[in-house]
Amino acid sequence: MLASGDAGARLLDFLKPPVAAIEDFYVLSGRALRNLFRGPHYVDDIAIQMDIIGVGSLPIVILIGFFSGFVITMQMARALEQYGATDQVGQIVAITLVRELGPVLTALLVAGRNASGIASELGSMKVTEQIDAMRALGTDPIQKLVTPRMIATCVMLPMLTIVADFVGLIGGYMIAYFQIGLTTTQYWTNAYQALQYNDLAQGLLKPFVFAFIISLVGCFYGLRTTGGTQGVGLATTKAVVAASVWVFVVTSLLTRIFVNLH
Amino acid sequence: MTPPSASGPECLLKFDKVNLKFDEIVALDTVSFELHAGDTRVVLGAAGSGKTTLLKAGIGLIRPDSGKIYLFDQEITGLKEAQLFHIRSGVGVLFQEGGLFDSVTVEENVAYPLLNRAQHAESLQEVEAKVREALRFVELEQTLEQYPSELSGGMRRRVGIARAVVSEPPLVLYDSPTAGLDPITANTIMALIAKERDSTNTANLIVTQRYQDGQLMANFRYNRSSGHLEPVSSNGAEGALGSNPTRTIFMVMKDGRVVFEGTQHELEASQDDYVQKFVPKHS
Repeated sequence: MLASGDAGARLLDFLKPPVAAIEDFYVLSGRALRNLFRGPHYVDDIAIQMDIIGVGSLPIVILIGFFSGFVITMQMARALEQYGATDQVGQIVAITLVRELGPVLTALLVAGRNASGIASELGSMKVTEQIDAMRALGTDPIQKLVTPRMIATCVMLPMLTIVADFVGLIGGYMIAYFQIGLTTTQYWTNAYQALQYNDLAQGLLKPFVFAFIISLVGCFYGLRTTGGTQGVGLATTKAVVAASVWVFVVTSLLTRIFVNLH
Repeated sequence: MTPPSASGPECLLKFDKVNLKFDEIVALDTVSFELHAGDTRVVLGAAGSGKTTLLKAGIGLIRPDSGKIYLFDQEITGLKEAQLFHIRSGVGVLFQEGGLFDSVTVEENVAYPLLNRAQHAESLQEVEAKVREALRFVELEQTLEQYPSELSGGMRRRVGIARAVVSEPPLVLYDSPTAGLDPITANTIMALIAKERDSTNTANLIVTQRYQDGQLMANFRYNRSSGHLEPVSSNGAEGALGSNPTRTIFMVMKDGRVVFEGTQHELEASQDDYVQKFVPKHS
């Protein structure tokens, strides 16, 4: 009996920190969302974050988007060649990019670039008492720091995803036209006709959900930072890993839902 | 929720049997005291004795496990964070490292309390004028466009003071204002704090490890006409307020407990070994 009691206590001790962390995350998310409907609204901060997250991520998103389409087309053309269906490559590239790769790759890039940036910025502010100073000066740090980042990411990530999808299709077109020998009409008509409203819906809903995850995870780990500069580094790593893992988990769930809907 | 006015209520800050633990470590143990308008309270203690926790609990940044804290006559221990923001805007705070926002300029740092409080009525021109005045007060008007990282430690502390007092709060809390500074800069910082106290009659809670900081606050007063600090015995104030004309009370903390509370003379006369460690032998 005693042994089982000890094991139970140990299990409770083991479970307490993750359960407390989940609770804290929900509280932070709830407060960040509630702040959408009450002032003050820091419009300047939202604009600055949109510039950092959106405009700042644009070059890398274009680059990765282009090469994704480029590589998918090369691989798919090789596979489709066996069935004599290389003219269908535009369809596969469009569906793969719009439904899955565009949202997920863009989210992972933004997670790597911005979840880490958010966590390190907020973490540095935490360890240098700037968050306490903000609270002491009568400002809600969640209103001032978290909500603007959440809004900015939710606006910019779907836009970045659209850009990545489009540039990816262009990358695919380059291979289709110059290497496979498809005509422009063949490729683009095929790609356009392959897409349905369901594909566009999930292609835009996913980045919107990912945006919440990336921004809130970054802010969550940043605001929990302890232990000086080493703590900031740790918070940054945790934010990127957690945001990336959750992007994959959530995309699996959403894909499952959309596949069932179809 | 009534905003704290410049004249302020009589009792600005009150701790009533406040207890606080971090896991099993006692940070505050049955701490009780009152800070009235115009008072200066100097909190001495070794590192980890609960000084900074006391200061942060005083404005609701940390919640006590039991006991009550009153800020501007309002009990803040049961208030939600959102309700506290408004009350806190009536308190100036200088954090240990200044707590300046490093991504914005000195001007924006000092303007922050004016622009971000819930009810700010000043125009941008008025805010700019107040910011310049606050920076002139700490003799750093030339740093308006600089970033905190471009300033020395002492200058950052002075900007922190400017930010703490720019909204003319009736109560200012200083967390180790001289920590890590050379004696000359430390003296400059304390002189500014005394100047602020005597120019606007604010109440001060000063957390420090240096007895000299409290000694300066207890024995010197800023003379507005001469523009210098002068010993209190030479300006005739002593007669009006007995042996403590600057209304400076010392408090010594050990392991979260208040082990001494009294005037400078009582502090120097204390026979307690721990208390004596904070009083230089020659004084």
